[in-house]
Amino acid sequence: MSAPERFLERLTARRAEDPSWVAARRQAGAARFEAMGFPTRRDEEWKYTDVRRIAEGDFALATDAAFDTARFDEQRLDIDAYRLVLVDGVFSAELSRLDGLPAGVSLEPLSKAMATNHEAVGGSLGRLAGVDFSPFTALNTAFAEEGVIVRLAPGTVVDKPIYVLLLSRANERPVMSHPRVLIEAGARAEATIVEHYSGEPDAANFTNVVTEVLLDRGAIVDHYKLQEAALTDLHVASIHVDQGRDSRFNSYNLNLGGALVRTDLVTDINAEGAEAAYNGLFFVQGRQHVDNHTLVNHNAPRTFSNENYKGVLDDRSRGVFNGKVFVKKDAQQIEAYQNNANLLLSDRAEIDTKPELVIYADDVKCSHGATTGQLDEEAVYALRSRGIDEPMARALLTLAFVGEVMDKVRLNIIAERVERAVAGRLPDRFNLADLVETAEAIQEA
Amino acid sequence: MASEEMEQLVRREYKQGFVTDIESDTVPPGLDESTIAFISQKKEEPQWMLDWRLEAYHQWLKMTPPSWAHLEYPPIDYQAISYFSAPKKPEDRPQSLDEVDPKLLETYEKLGIPLHERAALAGVAVDAVFDSVSVTTTFKEKLHEAGVIFCSISEAIREYPELVRQYLGTVVPQADNYFAALNSAVFTDGSFVYVPEGVKCPMELSTYFRINAANTGQFERTLIICDKQAQVSYLEGCTAPMRDENQLHAAVVELVALEDAYIKYSTVQNWYPGDEEGKGGIYNFVTKRGDCRGDRSRISWTQVETGSAITWKYPSCMLRGKESIGEFYSVAVTNGRQQADTGTKMIHIGENTRSTIVAKGIAAGRSDQAYRGLVKIGPRAKGARNYTQCDSLLIGDQCGAHTFPYQEIGNSTATVEHEATTSKIADDQLFYCRARGIDEEDAVSMIVNGFCKDVFQELPMEFAVEAEALLNVTLEGSVG
Repeated sequence: MSAPERFLERLTARRAEDPSWVAARRQAGAARFEAMGFPTRRDEEWKYTDVRRIAEGDFALATDAAFDTARFDEQRLDIDAYRLVLVDGVFSAELSRLDGLPAGVSLEPLSKAMATNHEAVGGSLGRLAGVDFSPFTALNTAFAEEGVIVRLAPGTVVDKPIYVLLLSRANERPVMSHPRVLIEAGARAEATIVEHYSGEPDAANFTNVVTEVLLDRGAIVDHYKLQEAALTDLHVASIHVDQGRDSRFNSYNLNLGGALVRTDLVTDINAEGAEAAYNGLFFVQGRQHVDNHTLVNHNAPRTFSNENYKGVLDDRSRGVFNGKVFVKKDAQQIEAYQNNANLLLSDRAEIDTKPELVIYADDVKCSHGATTGQLDEEAVYALRSRGIDEPMARALLTLAFVGEVMDKVRLNIIAERVERAVAGRLPDRFNLADLVETAEAIQEA
Repeated sequence: MASEEMEQLVRREYKQGFVTDIESDTVPPGLDESTIAFISQKKEEPQWMLDWRLEAYHQWLKMTPPSWAHLEYPPIDYQAISYFSAPKKPEDRPQSLDEVDPKLLETYEKLGIPLHERAALAGVAVDAVFDSVSVTTTFKEKLHEAGVIFCSISEAIREYPELVRQYLGTVVPQADNYFAALNSAVFTDGSFVYVPEGVKCPMELSTYFRINAANTGQFERTLIICDKQAQVSYLEGCTAPMRDENQLHAAVVELVALEDAYIKYSTVQNWYPGDEEGKGGIYNFVTKRGDCRGDRSRISWTQVETGSAITWKYPSCMLRGKESIGEFYSVAVTNGRQQADTGTKMIHIGENTRSTIVAKGIAAGRSDQAYRGLVKIGPRAKGARNYTQCDSLLIGDQCGAHTFPYQEIGNSTATVEHEATTSKIADDQLFYCRARGIDEEDAVSMIVNGFCKDVFQELPMEFAVEAEALLNVTLEGSVG
């Protein structure tokens, strides 16, 4: 039996009584996935990422959402937010907090939305992430049975962040989940949405998530993807964004966890005046492998994009950055900037980066830069000459390096959490507070 | 600049019609073992060479043409190509410059090609118009004195088989890629250079080559070896439009630099780009690679690519020796319906190796152009350094410019920097020039030349002057 067949076998066993429109989608996804199969390194899009660990895995589907409450409190972000929790892809009503939603905001699990309001869901779901995008979106389309539907009525400004926590358990048998997230922001609506991946330290599951974000004119969406899953977890994600006139989409893709993580981020800027900002950070160690593929499609004139991705790599980890800016013919007066900087802390770490520009209009200002190197020895020296020992000097400079991205993060709790994790995972483990104190002391002196 | 004006400027025609004369002594189209045996026999090659070719051919049969480049062209029928044609007989060629297309001569005039070379370049039966023998002889004597071997690859296979056998295919193996395999099987001509230890080649291998290059084959094979502490500067191609009946060109160039050796390889490529609809232009699929085998060796590629309907070309450096240096300076200009997918590969293997990449792309008309490059830093390349700058200039709103730089970095002591920009000629730059009484075409030409300056200054002097003129001619009707 081929790997795709083995995966799809679980589908037929599970879904017998789907409504017909859902069944039809599943069939389309399954057929496409079977035709494409898992990607190999011969596919340009997967040149540096080997997914055999996923293809050769045998993943069951979770049936309950039980999760240790003590651990839950430890893992979750301590923020005042509307919260929706999935455990191994299964909705947990117990851990979620969906009460008190303001008027104009709808936040519900996909299963419920499909059962009660299938027409509205069916219309938008899959509009941006078709089954042809990649074998993984096809696989997701075939399996998706849980997820999150966020809908904002025009003019709604959500007072608190919408917090989606996806937990992965250390199961006896690894499981797979195919969550689906759909965010529809009406005209001039504003919201902050956090997708947080976390779980038990020994979890070794396969998460295959697809997120679709639609921004009507003037909408503003801040989208966070905070990946803190176990270092044994496998994770494939694709985020698809459609931007209307004068809308603004800010993406924060922060990756600390996972054994194998692949994220595709695709934005179609379809109308004038729209802006997209991509902020990315990955910190990897051990044998972690993180692959970020980003694409900005400037399909309309007078649109703007700015991308800044930073990577810190230690041990035998591997990072991949593939950023592409596409400017359609006649999409004039575009400004598109892209930057990728990587810091290698070990001789055995590897980074493969490819910043691409594909441009079919002439009145554009586009640039990209990619740098890879080590910490500036002169800066290390400057700090040492102020009486700071070398490990501390290097830690401070590494933190400053990630700081350029973290400064853009508007949710303070997330910025702090990431910085603390970076400090604590450096070769000589540091306490963030100590580092901050030292930095402040230097500034005062 | 007003858009209609720009449009008008972009419309230009190639300065030269195509000459299709009747060939003699040509094998019928098609490729099989007997074709290869025929070529080998015609060239009076030893058995090992024939075996080598056949080995390449068998590899090629198993391969498929690459499809990853940002290029569009119909599939090539390799059985429709004739793989061997003897040089034209003198009576089939134009007997004097009077018979040559006046437009071609006009281009030579604009480019400032010396009179005696024009005839050779236009394919005029050379002996009838001027005595190239004496020039050639002087060069040969000088090179011989220095101990430099410079001859056709066919001659080298016969005269210096040990050298050829030792180095041929060691930089670009037979099965390196589809076109290199094809070339290995059927190459008919090309150059061979060997510069012995400690010798600095007394002249740039250019003028000599230009005269003798009038009948280069479509499957050229060049092998240049620079022994320890030796130096050579080699100029390929020429600024004059090249006439050629063969649509497919698949050349292979191999450079070997031993300890402290320095090879500078400059190319100016101006093959026929096709008509306004892009029909009939040359397909240029070239594999060029230099091997910095020795410590402190240095290989420098400079290219000015203005011709061909399709260019597929990535001159590369394997930086194996410690502290070896690789350089790539490129200007690519496309107009009309031309497509170019070009760039370089710098493979850092040895410690403290350095590389510099400066690529300038200018796209006009309805052309499409891509820079595709790879910088790879191996785990043992401690202290390796790369700097890459690639800029694209778009002229008109019907063209495309793309950048695909791959970086694979496996060493924390490496420093790799890449910068790229894409823009058009700024209105304020044009306005500044116009305000000083410089007309629009001259202003654009001046700005474009300034854009390319970093590369032009790497060209040998006489080439640099011609290259500037060439740029103007290529973009004529578009900018210059």
